[in-house]
Amino acid sequence: MTIGLNAFLTVSGLLFAVGFFGVLLRRNTLVIYMCLELMLNAANLALVAFSRYNLADERPMMDGNVFVFFIITVAAAEVAVGLAIIVQLFRKRQTVMVDEVAVLKEP
Amino acid sequence: MIDFMFYFLTALTVLSAMMVPCSRNPVNGAMFMIVSFVGTAALFALLQAFFLAIVQVLVYAGAVMVLFLFIIMLLNVEKTEAKKLNTGVALLSVGAYLAMLFAVSYLFVVGNAGPFPELPIGAVPGSLTKHFGYELFTKYMLPFQVTGFLLLIAMVGVIYISKKPADQQPKTTASGEGVS
Repeated sequence: MTIGLNAFLTVSGLLFAVGFFGVLLRRNTLVIYMCLELMLNAANLALVAFSRYNLADERPMMDGNVFVFFIITVAAAEVAVGLAIIVQLFRKRQTVMVDEVAVLKEP
Repeated sequence: MIDFMFYFLTALTVLSAMMVPCSRNPVNGAMFMIVSFVGTAALFALLQAFFLAIVQVLVYAGAVMVLFLFIIMLLNVEKTEAKKLNTGVALLSVGAYLAMLFAVSYLFVVGNAGPFPELPIGAVPGSLTKHFGYELFTKYMLPFQVTGFLLLIAMVGVIYISKKPADQQPKTTASGEGVS
């Protein structure tokens, strides 16, 4: 097995970059939200990789795995609340495109 | 064998993740996202975090993305019409993405953080759910309980946020049936 920690961190960085530019460049609120979840996923992968490749004095380190457990739970709750907000926004404005709800922008 | 699995799963995850912000139809993007999540779960299994792999598939790919698809189809979002591309922004973002790729690859090639423990075939002692549960219920007991509260609060919050204004509430008869 020659795959080291750096390889997994590279994958995590790639996923994070994809999500990052998806958030910046898309206009649809739902696609922006999905790319946000992609960034969280990349962080989860990095945490699990660190948890696997480090041993805390001969015992396996589970801290990264437990952290990822909590991140997944909180992300699920966050998605539920965020989508409820998006649905209310759609009811008010009849659109989900971010440049049509830019009410605070200076004319 | 494990090397081949790693490269294959990486290609699957990253390529399907790249299709998420690039797809015209948000439903297609959600489907690619599900593939990406399943690929990440397989990478977790490669790192001997088997419980987390199952939790990822169940919660993230199975519940969160299904909720996304519900909302996408409920709001009936049309396909994005092609907007005139702002050339400066596009070039800048491609340049920044390539720079980020280069930085990550540089770290991969040059950085070597010391001897890595071999990944043996089969379960390591730390991969058992027993050890995960032990750590979760002793060292992380307080965050565990707080997360339970957080889920309750999120549920209450979603129900409250999703209510229609009082003048648009559907009126119900005495037997509880809705009136059209």
